[in-house]
Amino acid sequence: MPANLSARLCSLALSLFLIVFALPAFAGPFEDAVSKFANDDFSDTEEAIGAVASSGNPLAYPIISALQDGRLMADPDSKKVYVTSADGKSIDAATGQPVASVPDSASAVRLNNRLRRSVDAAVGGLTLMSPDLGMRLQAAQSVFKSHEETALDAVEGALAKETNRSVKATLGDARAAILLYKPDATEVQKLEAVATIKARGDQEALALLTGIGSDQPASVTKAAASAIGSIQSSLAVWSMVQNAWYGLSLGSVLLLAAIGLAITFGVMGVINMAHGEMVMIGAYTTFVVQEVIRTRYPGLFDYSLLIAVPLAFLVAGALGVVIERSIIRFLYGRPLETLLATWGLSLVLQQAVRTMFGPTNREVGNPSWMSGAFELGQITITYNRLWILCFTLAVFAILLAMLRYTALGLEMRAVTQNRRMAASMGIATSRVDALTFGLGSGIAGIAGVALSQIDNVSPNLGQSYIIDSFMVVVFGGVGNLWGTLVGAFTLGIANKFLEPVAGAVLGKIAILVLIILFIQKRPRGLFALKGRAVEA
Amino acid sequence: MTPHMLTRSLDRGATIFLLVVAALGVLIPLSNLLLPAGSFLQVPTYLVALWGKYVCYAILALSIDLIWGYCGILSLGHGAFFALGGYAMGMYLMRQIGTRGVYGNPVLPDFMVFLNYSKLPWYWYGFDVFWFAALMVLVVPGLLAFCFGWLAFRSRVTGVYLSIITQAMTYALLLAFFRNDFGFGGNNGLTDFKDILGFNVQAEGTRAALFALSCLALIAGFLICRAIVSSKLGKVLIAVRDAESRTRFLGYRVESYKLFVFTVSACMAGVAGALYVPQVGIINPSEFAPGNSIEAVIWVAVGGRGTLIGAALGAVVVNYAKTFFTSGMLAPYWLFMLGAMFILVTLLLPKGIVGTFNAWRDSSSERRPAEATRSAAAEDGVTEPKMAE
Repeated sequence: MPANLSARLCSLALSLFLIVFALPAFAGPFEDAVSKFANDDFSDTEEAIGAVASSGNPLAYPIISALQDGRLMADPDSKKVYVTSADGKSIDAATGQPVASVPDSASAVRLNNRLRRSVDAAVGGLTLMSPDLGMRLQAAQSVFKSHEETALDAVEGALAKETNRSVKATLGDARAAILLYKPDATEVQKLEAVATIKARGDQEALALLTGIGSDQPASVTKAAASAIGSIQSSLAVWSMVQNAWYGLSLGSVLLLAAIGLAITFGVMGVINMAHGEMVMIGAYTTFVVQEVIRTRYPGLFDYSLLIAVPLAFLVAGALGVVIERSIIRFLYGRPLETLLATWGLSLVLQQAVRTMFGPTNREVGNPSWMSGAFELGQITITYNRLWILCFTLAVFAILLAMLRYTALGLEMRAVTQNRRMAASMGIATSRVDALTFGLGSGIAGIAGVALSQIDNVSPNLGQSYIIDSFMVVVFGGVGNLWGTLVGAFTLGIANKFLEPVAGAVLGKIAILVLIILFIQKRPRGLFALKGRAVEA
Repeated sequence: MTPHMLTRSLDRGATIFLLVVAALGVLIPLSNLLLPAGSFLQVPTYLVALWGKYVCYAILALSIDLIWGYCGILSLGHGAFFALGGYAMGMYLMRQIGTRGVYGNPVLPDFMVFLNYSKLPWYWYGFDVFWFAALMVLVVPGLLAFCFGWLAFRSRVTGVYLSIITQAMTYALLLAFFRNDFGFGGNNGLTDFKDILGFNVQAEGTRAALFALSCLALIAGFLICRAIVSSKLGKVLIAVRDAESRTRFLGYRVESYKLFVFTVSACMAGVAGALYVPQVGIINPSEFAPGNSIEAVIWVAVGGRGTLIGAALGAVVVNYAKTFFTSGMLAPYWLFMLGAMFILVTLLLPKGIVGTFNAWRDSSSERRPAEATRSAAAEDGVTEPKMAE
């Protein structure tokens, strides 16, 4: 009994204390609502969320977002609520005044799953009016996903004021989503909502429509079913487009890696197994350029790739000329032995890079204009992939023009078609060989700059591309750059379309098997050289 | 193989080679088993296993020399046949584990229990019997080589194109065997073997016996290769190597000859793999890596292509060097050495050790160049350009 008595006395004293000292805090409905957070009762918290969110008070957003992150502290004794932040500062939630420290008796306001949803919706509703465009868009998206009924007023309010088109559209979608799930919305409203969501037509819209349940009017269910069908078929088309884009992207990478090989193999008949290492050296050149820029001229970082491209061309190209003069020159007419010697060379180069830069991946950053992505319809296109595709096509076009219109190009073609005749006409075939090999290697170096943006820069970088590049060259046909182009994009696209069906690894195996079978049918590739040169 | 053929095919070098291999095959196991441990002449067990590995590599090198040195087919995927033979043996060894595995399943190997297989995949049937597994060691690589060769040779895929698609073949197999649902243990491969034919694979006696068997297989392989290359068939093969189109125009069915020798070579590689697996105790997909196959080609190049003895010698020398250098302080430089070996041998020593030695011996005794030297000095397997133009 004495314990009971003392507890009662205590609580009485506490109430008196509260009435006396906490009175000024109960000055208005906002403060009243905030203090409910301290009750440690889920239904009180819910009421508090609703009241705070709709209060229009500038403190509403900090409070609710603090609640979301578990930074809202409530003291059950004093009924005071504090917003703390990560840097240790705190403010009184009701007044916004900074406080020196939060009392020890305060603990974070607890949430359950149901409450978490209304917190999310409240945050969404609050940020719908934010002056920041990105915030508004994000808020509208989150309301669309949560389709919490309580946010309806906020959404409609925001919709009336919104001027930006894309935010407005998203708000419209959000409103439709809420109405669709609102039990007391009229049938007409719901049908309109279905139409709006159908027009949106993405994966989320599909999820929303499939989740509406069976307690809807028959007409709505029917409309939803037909909307689901049409969204699914449009999504299927988009996924084809997505695959095609991935395929183009992979094809551009393959083309970039194979194009130098096509030159050395096509013009000189030299199998260069160290080609992948030239790509790797290009990638490491990018790394070195970026390191120098980072330490000396940080402002130039966005231009690092522009600097790296010519440098990588020069480094790899010069190395190519040296290799041709010191090794390959002595092995002409012995293609199989060239293959072995260049394989040995690739081991040496890999190990040299491993010794110099270490065996681990090196970090090569994306300049700002190459990072990020944008949406095109239902697919996302990353800038780095897009740039690489453009870059590859540019390299291809320049190379084609070079072979077509320059003196060196003319000599190269002459040597390709008939080496002895070219020599008889006074072309220094050995000089052309060296320059051709240098050109092929230099282009591999450029490829390395591009690949450093999407792949790990490690000593094994080249190894992972060498078999693929050979497949491209062999498939496309030797001595024809267009063959390489068609080969690369065919293989890239075929790979990406097989992947969802067969899985990544099986898809790749299937491609290899198909190429092996294809070679049986056309031993010289898609675009074979005709005439006597073939048998050489 | 008549006795006459055998004697005709053996010159002095071949006889010495066979005697050395036979002597090693007898002496090393005997010294390991009979002499007391720690004695100066006793070969420790780990060395027996190591040398057993070299002998298996020598058989693989022999099989590559048969097609590359004598028929001009440069296969960059012979490691695939080696690995397939190894997997066939590995499957037998896995089935022998029985209930001694971690999960104690009498039928399913551990990795299948781990991957929730409910029953044995059909292609594992029969591998609990040794004779079937031994047959598969020959049949699986042979069949793959036959199908692959039939497609490739019939449509006249030659030279570097053939090399590249053999490389693609082994790469495709590498990717396939890495998959867990392929039913061969995925990444980890097959390991933790217990018994072979009822003998413990770890036991010294078994290791010695396996070593002797490997030497025997090397001798048998060598005799088969000698018999092939010194027969009339061998002459046609050399003709195909030196001038494929001309041989075809003379009325020989070039593709049949190539197909035959390619299949034989693949079977030999399979046997090498099968002997290799119980000695090293593991087979995993990395054996399919294209790099391994190319490395095997360099053994042949170092030893001397088109000499057979050279191939076996090259395999042992290069692998001994590899063991020696990768275990010491020089380990980071091994790849430099291996790479330099590729370059220097092709540039400076195109005939390899044995080929160069033969040429030197012949020129110093001022005899007419022997058949072997001529063939070693000859052109590559692609159709000779000058001839076609």
